[in-house]
Amino acid sequence: MFNIIDKVWIIPALMAASFLVILFFGKRWGTRVTAGIGIASVSICLILSVVVAGNWINRVNNPPTGAALAAEIVQANGLTPQTGKTIGEEINAATKDSGETVATDSQSASGESHASEAGAYGGEHESVPPVVRTVTWFQIGGLQFEMGTLVDGLAAMMLITVCIISLLVHIYSTEYLRGDVRFTHYYAFLSLFTASMLFYVLSSNTLQMLVGWELVGVCSFGLIGHWWEEKKNTDAALKAFLTNRVGDIGLILGVIITFFAAGGSSFNVLHLNEYALSGNANTALLLIGALCLFGGVTSKSGQFPLHTWLPDAMAGPTPVSALIHAATMVVAGVYLIARLYGVFFSGLAIGSSTFHYVAFIGGFTTIIGGLLAFVQTDLKKVLAYSTISQLGYMVMALGVGAWTAGVFHLFTHAFFKACLFLGAGSVAHACHHSFDMREMGGLRKKMPVTHATFLVATLALAGIFPLAGFWSKDEILAGSANGQENAYTIMLIFGLITAFLTAAYMGRAYWMTFWGKYRGHAHPHESPKVITVPLIILAGCAVVLGFTNFPKSFFGFKLPGSFTTRFEHFVEPTFAFPAIQHAPFTPWLAIASTILAAGGLFVAYQYFEKNRGPHGLTSRSKIAHAGYTFLENKYYLDNLYTGVIAGSTTGPLARAANWFNQNIIDGVVNGIGNGARKIAGVVYVFADQIIIDGAVNGSGQGSEGAGQLLRKIQTGKVQQYASILFAGAVVLAGVLVFVV
Amino acid sequence: MKDFLNSWGISLLVFLPLVGALAMLVVPKAKEQFHKVVALAASLVVGFIGILLMTNFDYDASGRLQFVVDMAWIPIINSRYIVGIDGISLPMIALTLLIVPLCIIYSWNRFPEPRNPKAFLILILILETGMLGSFVAQDLILFFVFFEVVLLPMYFMIGVWGGEKRQYASLKFFLYTLFGSALMIVAFLALYFLSDKVSIDGQMMHSFDVRLLPELATGISTGAALWIFGGMFIGFGIKVPMFPFHTWLPDAHTQAPTVGSVILAAVLLKLGTYGFIRIAIPILPGAAEKWAPFIGLLAVIGIIYGALCCLAQTDMKRLIAFSSVSHMGFVMLGIATLTTFGLQAAIFGMVAHGLITGMLFFVAGSTKDRYHTLDISRLGGMLKSMPHMGWILGFSVMASLGLPGLAGFWGEFPAILAAYEPGLGLNVAFFRVLMVVAAIGTVLSAAYLLWMYQRVGFGVPSKEFEEDPHLHDVTFSEWLAWTPILILIVVLGFVPNIIFKVTDGAVSRTIAIVNGLGG
Amino acid sequence: MFLNQFLLLAAILFCIGVYGVLARKNGVLVLMSIELILNSVNINLVAFGAYWHVNDMANVTGQVFALFVIAVAAAEVGVGLALVLLIYRNRQSINIDDVDMLKG
Repeated sequence: MFNIIDKVWIIPALMAASFLVILFFGKRWGTRVTAGIGIASVSICLILSVVVAGNWINRVNNPPTGAALAAEIVQANGLTPQTGKTIGEEINAATKDSGETVATDSQSASGESHASEAGAYGGEHESVPPVVRTVTWFQIGGLQFEMGTLVDGLAAMMLITVCIISLLVHIYSTEYLRGDVRFTHYYAFLSLFTASMLFYVLSSNTLQMLVGWELVGVCSFGLIGHWWEEKKNTDAALKAFLTNRVGDIGLILGVIITFFAAGGSSFNVLHLNEYALSGNANTALLLIGALCLFGGVTSKSGQFPLHTWLPDAMAGPTPVSALIHAATMVVAGVYLIARLYGVFFSGLAIGSSTFHYVAFIGGFTTIIGGLLAFVQTDLKKVLAYSTISQLGYMVMALGVGAWTAGVFHLFTHAFFKACLFLGAGSVAHACHHSFDMREMGGLRKKMPVTHATFLVATLALAGIFPLAGFWSKDEILAGSANGQENAYTIMLIFGLITAFLTAAYMGRAYWMTFWGKYRGHAHPHESPKVITVPLIILAGCAVVLGFTNFPKSFFGFKLPGSFTTRFEHFVEPTFAFPAIQHAPFTPWLAIASTILAAGGLFVAYQYFEKNRGPHGLTSRSKIAHAGYTFLENKYYLDNLYTGVIAGSTTGPLARAANWFNQNIIDGVVNGIGNGARKIAGVVYVFADQIIIDGAVNGSGQGSEGAGQLLRKIQTGKVQQYASILFAGAVVLAGVLVFVV
Repeated sequence: MKDFLNSWGISLLVFLPLVGALAMLVVPKAKEQFHKVVALAASLVVGFIGILLMTNFDYDASGRLQFVVDMAWIPIINSRYIVGIDGISLPMIALTLLIVPLCIIYSWNRFPEPRNPKAFLILILILETGMLGSFVAQDLILFFVFFEVVLLPMYFMIGVWGGEKRQYASLKFFLYTLFGSALMIVAFLALYFLSDKVSIDGQMMHSFDVRLLPELATGISTGAALWIFGGMFIGFGIKVPMFPFHTWLPDAHTQAPTVGSVILAAVLLKLGTYGFIRIAIPILPGAAEKWAPFIGLLAVIGIIYGALCCLAQTDMKRLIAFSSVSHMGFVMLGIATLTTFGLQAAIFGMVAHGLITGMLFFVAGSTKDRYHTLDISRLGGMLKSMPHMGWILGFSVMASLGLPGLAGFWGEFPAILAAYEPGLGLNVAFFRVLMVVAAIGTVLSAAYLLWMYQRVGFGVPSKEFEEDPHLHDVTFSEWLAWTPILILIVVLGFVPNIIFKVTDGAVSRTIAIVNGLGG
Repeated sequence: MFLNQFLLLAAILFCIGVYGVLARKNGVLVLMSIELILNSVNINLVAFGAYWHVNDMANVTGQVFALFVIAVAAAEVGVGLALVLLIYRNRQSINIDDVDMLKG
């Protein structure tokens, strides 16, 4: 096969080109061509992704060694391969200003991470550096910053997942959105989203990840608000974007802090991980950085307390919910943790603790999401809360050090959750686009394919053997039970409780929708092939994909080494990655979780289908009623966010600022202006008019007065003149005689 | 060619618009077509000269002033005609050269009441001279002259062609900025008299030369330097506009005609920040260091305060005006950190803000033309009535809130990053607090912009405008005027190196001066 | 010579003349008084001329000066009487108190 692993940028570029073409020409060329362009582009990307995955598998099986390895390592760090310097020296050179030094032996840095690998299982992992290709993006202050692609198992896995689900959604949407008011606009955004998500997962540095992260946020905004004529849709879109923006504060700060912590020279992911895992990392700073980054994860991946946007996001078209809010975008946060695992592992001391914030939030989210799913009447909202709960599982897994478990669950969850969402869409398509479960019922006879796939996916989600969810969820529970050095008991308890809850609420949804009598007003019938075939494919994936990470020893049953833990072998990084313990398959845990899941389904069956059990409890018991109301109001979090925080900011606080601006600040400015005018008036009246002009006029009047006086001498009488003349002459004579 | 450009390039660039204006003066105002063509031709020729300068610019030596002209002007006070371009001025000049022709194209068929294209276009050309002159001047008096030249044309533009309260707004704008300039010239004179002397033709005289003053001003006592910097701070700060000197801006923008708002927002505001980077900080680095925390604090207050006021606005243009206050807060924060990251963020932010807010004001103006109102509560459903306009507004909104991948991000993110590790001896903890608050400011930006867009773009048109035939979509002249800006916003967002590479040398040099002489 | 008597005579005549100029209402009488003043001055001149040149009787400076005065006086009276005549023709009266048209 040909090697495109170093040209993977083609994949997101292709989707971006598809976006531009659809944006500018879609309307003109019509809906069929538009959908065709979208589907064709994603198909090509899927094929390329498979090739890339193949390239990567090839690479893992034949890793580069010696000089080639050294060159690759240097290049992977995004540092220019000028000399054969070891990584440690490069980092030293970059961090010398911050006065930190790093262990100079690169072999020991990466060797340490994998010393345990060889011992715990058969089949060692060589340290296989990811394939990194970068170009200079920009320079500031003499530092060059790069933009590039990084391909390893995780990235390849994400590529395939995103492409498959995007392709199925593209195909599904041709029917679901037939006749929609803005069909081409939708497909344009789907292409843009796929391009952004692929760009995100291929990023080689945190700055680029930030760009991709926000771009998928914009696509989410655009797609949630797809039917923007109605305010509630645009409200949901705004809520999604703004809640994510709040989390992004943490993301931005986290990117900045990790950048500076690792020497302030590069955003490169491997550089950050290397620094975090070296012996001289400033763990306190890394802790703050990790927690800030987790802020971003909290909002994007629907963790408590920034999960409130996800259920509202169901206002968008169902295929969007399947693609973005179940399978791909919301896992961007989980991917972030997985990618920067060195930073998190080191900062949160995952290896040595039994309880820390990230694991706790993950566990807590699983429970609150699960509880809320019980009080929903909207099928999509049940699935949304289920997604929140499952995302909690993934975060919890990463938090307890079970990296592969978390990522594996991400992988399997994408498929069965997408199947569930698309199944819900199929149901709604038949029921006049209503998702209200109270108006459904008995659909298993009318929509057999949808029913079958929904059932398979439900069982997978609940974690019933041998479907995919069983394997992935079980690994998470095993990871919590064993932990790294100590067990994460609380998380294990959270996980087990939620296993029960998951089965129960999904059972409730399943029975309300597909069993009993039909309670609605439409005439439901099976959806066309374009809708059902993707469902079948996804359900099939939900069945088989669990086996990609078949444990090494299953109740004593051992498969040959090349068939076990394949997922872990190829996906888990071996380079710039902490040395983590992998919990082996724990039989009692597997049995316990299966019993819990089956128990949950059974309880749901009894309660909802057979109507046994304490029905009407909420009207009899005050406590139950209060609890129910508390759940119905989503823990009053929405009231807090929208009502109190957002409301006071846009309302009283903004108005106060504006009042301050207009009356105080501008009051001063206008006051100065008016005061200047008044002073000018005073100056004019007093100083100018009265005093100065007074003097001017006064002098005039004085002259006139003097003139009036002197006029009296002018009598016109000659004799008087003569007498004055003589008098004057006498005076002069006197002066002449007596003085002179 | 290079020699010609070296000696005449900049002078031609700065004064050619005036020549165009003179040519227009003698022709009677009835010949509108002539006036429009001459004005556009003048701005395009100037643009062409600018392109020549940019292609002949040595990008590897962007830290050095190029195309320098140094001639005697007022020998008795040793004020010389010194002009030059370096990496800091070049993006600003490029921005000006782009915006002015686009404004003229936009105005082609829509001059605001009372019409008189002759006077309007002459004023735009005089503005162009003033703006370009300010960005190339390397002598304090020369800079001051060009700085003031832009005031009168804008005063007339607002006062004659503006909205209802135009007299108040134009007078407020003029007097407020003039007050700042008065303090600024006092500061300049103080600099002149207190700095060391240089030998000019055998005689020892003080100097206004911006290139020499950093060295010459080292002898000024700290107290005096603080006062001088304060004078310049007020002068430039009013123009930026910084909180709390910003109140002239909303009124000026709301009442100004569309093109006036665009030029005001895109370029005139940048004169203030440019003054900080070019003059205030390199010449008085010690005082800059003392003032920096205060400037940073006011900048961050401006970010939050501007955003909060935006949330309370009911007039679209006033909302965009307050958003300018908020965005310039990021620019000033970048400047206050006194690092290469910060200053580069500031310059990029200046260009990005110029393009994005200019675009927003263009859209607001076109909205006003069609709806005859900018009252947000009466607008709505633009995406249904005028889809292209709605899309452009949505795009501009996304750019304005600093979405990565579009130009605005590179004005905000490096500024926040720079605040983590400020330069010289600045208080790290204080700046980190500022950093966190500025990051919170990004949420508020998104909030007010998206909320405005939800009310204006989304939804359905209100009853009032449902059947209005005036709501036609984007016209040809609007497309012509807007496409370059839209493309640039995307290109700069994805390839920020276009600007960063140019400014890097000059900013590094400035920070080296600051670190060398300051502290 | 007995200068004093001549001077005394001239002074008395002068005073009478001044009194006449200042106090008389009749225009002709005013002119006559002016003549009286001038003639008193003539007496003064001749007396002083004779006094200073008592040893040189051929020096007739005083008398020549007096002749000048007489000639001027004659001219002046001619003009003055002409004026009075015209005033009488216009106003039928030569009361100079009524001729105050140049009053300011």
